[in-house]
Amino acid sequence: MDGQTTLTGFLAIYLFLLAAFTGYEVISRVPAILHTPLMSGSNFIHGIVVVGALYALLHATTMVEQVIGFLGVLFGAANAAGGYVVTVRMLRMFHSGKPSKTAPELRR
Amino acid sequence: MDLLLQSCDLITAFLLIYGLKRMSSPVTASSGIVLAGIGMMVVTLASFLYVFGVSGEARTHLPVNLLLGGLALILGVGWSWWRGHRVPLTAMPQMVALYNGMGGAAAGAISAMELLAHPDASNVRLAITIAGGFIGSFSFSGSLIAWAKLEGKLPKPWRPRFLQLGNGLVLLLAVASATALPALLPNENLLALFFLCSFAFGALITLPIGGADMPVVISLCNACTGIAVGFEGYVLHHPALMIAGTVVGAAGSLLTLLMARAMNRSLGNILFSNFGETGQEEAQVTGQLKPISAEDAAATLCYARKMIFVPGYGLAAAHAQRKLYELAKRLQEEGADVKFAIHPVAGRMPGHMDVLLAEAGVPYEMIVGLDEINGEFPTTDVALVVGANDIVNPAARTDKGSPIYGMPILDVDKAHQVYVIKRGQGKGYAGIENALFTADNCRMVYGDAQEVLGQMLLSIKELVGQR
Repeated sequence: MDGQTTLTGFLAIYLFLLAAFTGYEVISRVPAILHTPLMSGSNFIHGIVVVGALYALLHATTMVEQVIGFLGVLFGAANAAGGYVVTVRMLRMFHSGKPSKTAPELRR
Repeated sequence: MDLLLQSCDLITAFLLIYGLKRMSSPVTASSGIVLAGIGMMVVTLASFLYVFGVSGEARTHLPVNLLLGGLALILGVGWSWWRGHRVPLTAMPQMVALYNGMGGAAAGAISAMELLAHPDASNVRLAITIAGGFIGSFSFSGSLIAWAKLEGKLPKPWRPRFLQLGNGLVLLLAVASATALPALLPNENLLALFFLCSFAFGALITLPIGGADMPVVISLCNACTGIAVGFEGYVLHHPALMIAGTVVGAAGSLLTLLMARAMNRSLGNILFSNFGETGQEEAQVTGQLKPISAEDAAATLCYARKMIFVPGYGLAAAHAQRKLYELAKRLQEEGADVKFAIHPVAGRMPGHMDVLLAEAGVPYEMIVGLDEINGEFPTTDVALVVGANDIVNPAARTDKGSPIYGMPILDVDKAHQVYVIKRGQGKGYAGIENALFTADNCRMVYGDAQEVLGQMLLSIKELVGQR
């Protein structure tokens, strides 16, 4: 990416490493009741792929690239928006159940 | 301009991780997804700033590309927004699978475009691009199959002979084409072959897996898409993409392992051993299925003091969660002690039953997990199993030849009386006989859960009226 953050060699590996630990830590102490919304939520988060697809599409020069890029952005956008809607709908249901603060401990 | 773009990426990376963190507690979960959503909006809008960085040949194509990008965004967001709002709650798992597959496809698309646009990149970069493309396509087809299975479009697991051999050949072809790619780029035919093989491999791996294992498969595909996105983020030098993708990859992998552990099976066992093949050594289940009418079962329920309801996928399929809670409330009014026992892998996703019962308004205090409830079954008058099968199969405790041997189950068979509401006499998703159903203390109530529970409610009303 021209003039953007350059990630080379070891710096990239450090980033992968730290991000992987972050993901591991975030999930490791989660009550079972939230597994489904969390899976849906992480599904939404990798919807950020739409940005990469957009970037690639804007730099496309041939017809084939444009077609693939169009599909990429289409699918990526569907991933992000759909993931968001589904997660919000799931989490909204927990509200109607009036979650008590002791709930996570009870379930574990 | 670069500074603005990079700040937006930074803010987004922070918001996504912080949002995910907040989502991991029931109290803050709703605000978590909203924060992550804001982050996504910021980064998507900011990505249009790339326009200013486009140079060279791509500049002449810019207006068309912009139009295409905008159109794709509007169509993608519009369709999934509309679909996501309309889909019933019981169909949520397959929607997650579908959207996840699309993310995988998008990662595959980025990989294809990068390979076509920069065939002369360094070998490391090419390798990572190709790896991301493979994982993305794999996740795409795997998720599509999982979606189709849960939608009921593929009713039976497909297990032809020599499937393992076929899988191996396809994988070999994919690896071979991937190795040949860097030297022969930009050869579009080879590229197409590579993506086709990756896609076929994902489908072939997923096809023979039974519906009961779909939660694990969806979770695995989710993790795979995350990793693919992380790889493509590296290729595009986009830190936010890398971080978000890798976080999801790691979190998803852990979630997959947790799920597999809840079923007491290794991941390799789920993916590569076909259910049913081990069935030859399975102990024969002998004895009669003893049907009973909903009215008669209701009469027993009326006089029971302590009851445990065990919901399964059948409850979700019949949309009967509200009826079940209505029944529980009715029985509570009669002074009975009613609890809901939830197996970690009941339904088609971990926590699937929690979500369903929460939707029906069941309070948390009534919902009890596997470890706490199992000691209570021996003192329970009636255990009511609604559309669950494998998670209450005592063969998991006793029959070493059974494919589910060793999986922790709900010890429903220890209750004084067991009623099982079931649509028909078929086997569960694992395709094995259930010794519970022929046990002496078990009676079968055949029918759609919604109708059966409705009849039970009516009968209880009549019985109480007569008192």
